[in-house]
Amino acid sequence: MTSFMRFIPLLIVASIFIVFLLMMGGERNPKEIKSVLIGKPAPAFSLPALMEGAAPVTEANLKTGKPILVNFFASWCAPCRAEHENLMFLAHEKGISIIGIAYKDTPAKSQAFLAELGTPFASVAQDLEGRVGIDWGITGVPETFLVDGDGIIRYRHWGPIVGDSLEKRLLPQLEEIQ
Amino acid sequence: MRAASIALVFLVTMTFSGVAFAVAVDEKPLVDPAQEAVARALMKEIRCLVCQNQSIEDSNADLAKDLRRLVRERVSAGDTPAEVRAFLVARYGDWVLLEPPLNQMTLFLWGSPFLILLLVLVGVTTARKKSAPEPLSRMEKAKLKKLLKAGEQT
Repeated sequence: MTSFMRFIPLLIVASIFIVFLLMMGGERNPKEIKSVLIGKPAPAFSLPALMEGAAPVTEANLKTGKPILVNFFASWCAPCRAEHENLMFLAHEKGISIIGIAYKDTPAKSQAFLAELGTPFASVAQDLEGRVGIDWGITGVPETFLVDGDGIIRYRHWGPIVGDSLEKRLLPQLEEIQ
Repeated sequence: MRAASIALVFLVTMTFSGVAFAVAVDEKPLVDPAQEAVARALMKEIRCLVCQNQSIEDSNADLAKDLRRLVRERVSAGDTPAEVRAFLVARYGDWVLLEPPLNQMTLFLWGSPFLILLLVLVGVTTARKKSAPEPLSRMEKAKLKKLLKAGEQT
């Protein structure tokens, strides 16, 4: 009994060490704040469309019966530029409908951004004040939400969809609800 | 005299640097000072989600600025502080509050100091019990008596 007791401090230190080691590795990003909207209906919104003459974009645009992505982007955001290629791939190769929300950007700059890189978006809305962004709980751009056919948020991708994150995170989530 | 002037310079510098750090000051405050006070108190409780571990009152981030405006708007619209907090928690989760609320998720967090205190108490009492000396045997008592007597004689 006493000889076992002697090892208790060592065991405690070793287990703390293992816990820390596990937390350091893997996909975990300590700066990422988990979305509380997962499993909840997408927040209601009504935003002016970026393209002149187009109808305002509302939460009704999300309910297509098929999974849809909602991507918050801005022309001033470098990671948005980095993930753009993957959004184009999702829209044109995978046939996923994506709604773009230009977050706190001037319409002219958003239009120039899409004219330069091409548009992966089925429709583009402008969130000039960033209020809809707050309703969706975003902490920056880019952030991408996966909304199922019933308008329920199923997954939130924090940060740009680059590198492994398309294959390892977003696509499996998409396949799961398709 | 010299000390007094140094103190004065120190005081003036501290006063003005204080103004420079309080970023929430340079925005349009609410007209009603009571409401402004409520809003400012709330801003101190709400975490900036960009430069985490700063309150939105301290932070210069764009999102913090937007959230400050939102807090002022809600307060002037007649929301209670609890309603404003609930509004933000519904969007960003409990993490948006710098002080975590007591609920199922945080039970261990809030309970851990008491748990550790309990463990220490248990540890100390068991250690105490163990180290309590056994009563002296008859031979030891006799020896002690002899020694004490020898001490008295010298």
